[in-house]
Amino acid sequence: MSRKFTPKVVTANHLLEGDAVWLTADDQWTPHMHKAELIEDEAHAQLRLLHAEQQPDIVVGAYLADARAGDNGPEPTHFREAFRTRGPSNYAHGKQAEAGNV
Amino acid sequence: MYNYTEFDDAFLRERVAQFRDQVDRRIDGALTEDEFKPLRLMNGLYLQLHAYMLRVAIPYGSLDAAKMRQLAYIAERWDKGYGHFTTRQNIQYNWPKLKDVPDMLAALADVEMHAIQTSGNTIRNVTSDHFAGAAADEIEDPRPWAELIRQWSTDHPEFQFLPRKFKIAITGAPNDRAVTKAHDIGLRMVRDDAGAPGFEVIVGGGLGRTPMIGKVIREHLPPEDLLPYLESIVSVYNLLGRRDNKYKARIKITVHENGLDTYRDLVEAEFVKRRAAFDGIDQQLFAEINSRFRRPDFIDAPVDAYQAAYDADPVFRSWADTNLSAHAQPGYAIVTVSIKAHGATPGDASAEQMRVLADLAEAFGHDELRISHEQNVVLPHVHKSHLPQVFARLKAAGLGAANVGLVSDIIACPGMDYCALATARSIPIAQQIATRFDELKLEHEIGELKIKISGCINACGHHHVGHIGILGLDRAGVENYQITLGGDGTETAEIGTRTGPGFPADEIVPAIERLVDAYLEHRADAGETFLETYRRLGMAPFKSALYDRVAEQDAA
Ligand code: SF4
Repeated sequence: MSRKFTPKVVTANHLLEGDAVWLTADDQWTPHMHKAELIEDEAHAQLRLLHAEQQPDIVVGAYLADARAGDNGPEPTHFREAFRTRGPSNYAHGKQAEAGNV
Repeated sequence: MYNYTEFDDAFLRERVAQFRDQVDRRIDGALTEDEFKPLRLMNGLYLQLHAYMLRVAIPYGSLDAAKMRQLAYIAERWDKGYGHFTTRQNIQYNWPKLKDVPDMLAALADVEMHAIQTSGNTIRNVTSDHFAGAAADEIEDPRPWAELIRQWSTDHPEFQFLPRKFKIAITGAPNDRAVTKAHDIGLRMVRDDAGAPGFEVIVGGGLGRTPMIGKVIREHLPPEDLLPYLESIVSVYNLLGRRDNKYKARIKITVHENGLDTYRDLVEAEFVKRRAAFDGIDQQLFAEINSRFRRPDFIDAPVDAYQAAYDADPVFRSWADTNLSAHAQPGYAIVTVSIKAHGATPGDASAEQMRVLADLAEAFGHDELRISHEQNVVLPHVHKSHLPQVFARLKAAGLGAANVGLVSDIIACPGMDYCALATARSIPIAQQIATRFDELKLEHEIGELKIKISGCINACGHHHVGHIGILGLDRAGVENYQITLGGDGTETAEIGTRTGPGFPADEIVPAIERLVDAYLEHRADAGETFLETYRRLGMAPFKSALYDRVAEQDAA
């Protein structure tokens, strides 16, 4: 029996902004992780990663990050990925600063 | 202050133009990321966790008011209004946009600054004593030598693809404030028996994954042999250094694997050839550089105003006692401005604070500033009569913390709040420790205690040489902090020893507090520092303070 696959999201940094972004099911890049496509199948994950890697004019350093289903969409399982959804902890900069305007 | 030549200026302009073109080509798709990445790294541009980061060199930590104002301007114009001073005497901007970076570099070039060789497997920004040119214990100002090294190493064709990055630190004083023993090459000025100055050349030091204290390869190198000797060390490394394994590629491993004696023999053999090839050109260059470093026109004035303030104002007195150091010139003091207000991010200065520092340097500091590897800013030449005014201005700008060398004067790397390589956060831990000891009002009682925090094993926060070192790790998906004790970054350098298992984020501050309590309990008297007590008693009392209570709880 194969190992249980941990769900994934495809994430990267935006080429121009440098900001963390996630790949949605309809092939958009979103700055909000909860709008990302939660990928439950390993083969599909590889395909989606490949798709991301073919967009070097939009994103840099695409990779698969562990995630889990939450009430509003995918959520991070690791603290590093959680920080990427918010920004730094010493100032209200980055995504957490923009959260009010969404 | 050193003045650049027209040649330097033209070179910088050309580099900026090149990079502007490269950024354009990256944005319009002509360059792939694989092609672009080495080019942006050559210009100090990293891609971090939340954004790009631009690392700007402050060569040997020296700058003037115009440069500091420009750093402030750049922070406001293209970043979020602040900059982060690092342990390598660089400043980092955490939020630049890719398209703006060429403009930022052009603005830097306007004040003869740049981001060249702040990354990549090259010779990096040469660092120096932050009291250079001012310290009472100095034999010679190391900065002309540092500038010579900077010019020699910038774009040196032989050394653009070294096995790994290469860091040189230099000090002109026997008391080492530049952590020379933890660099690929450390240079410490000493006198020989006849009293002639020369460099003690230290090789193969470094922190990171395999921390090592550098070894003395030459006890007394005549200064005029500096460049050919450095070039010999680097060229031997360039050929011998391992390129098969990133973790074994630093010169510390090369020296360790081949043995110091073998390495020295190779260097000395190479040196004979290189020395001859240099043909005196380096000495000509040095003479030119040296003439461009002007000594300030020191004033001769009474210091009564200082003494009066010192006697009358306890707040000023406390600051003077911790933040001033002895200057070579009578009537003068070196001011270390703490960029470590309790609870603030170590090393972060707002644009407004940078301007205040620039103004003070201009009005009272012979237009000189230094950045210390301990992430503070130094006004190296302040006449004592001006100190009360300087302190008042600093205090008003939130720069009056009287904590230099104390428990809240913490080095912390950016850690996982910014750095893509981090395994845990550093900044919040530093903030919490500083806040806690401020509440306790104990830090002046505790005295000298250097806490240094890194967010991963790369050790940018110098944790190995902290009296107390803290290393943030990822333990099964949770931030965990490992403690080392007894590290020392001075001429008596030592790598700290691990205490045992690490602590989760919410237990690390109480753990540090227990260590400090143990020190206060065990110190011979108030004059014995934390490090001295540790050296006298060893690990046992500290280990017991850290772990016994936990063990009791577990047993209960
Ligand atoms: S020590 Fe690690 S986390 Fe800290 S700045 Fe260096 S690489 Fe980043």
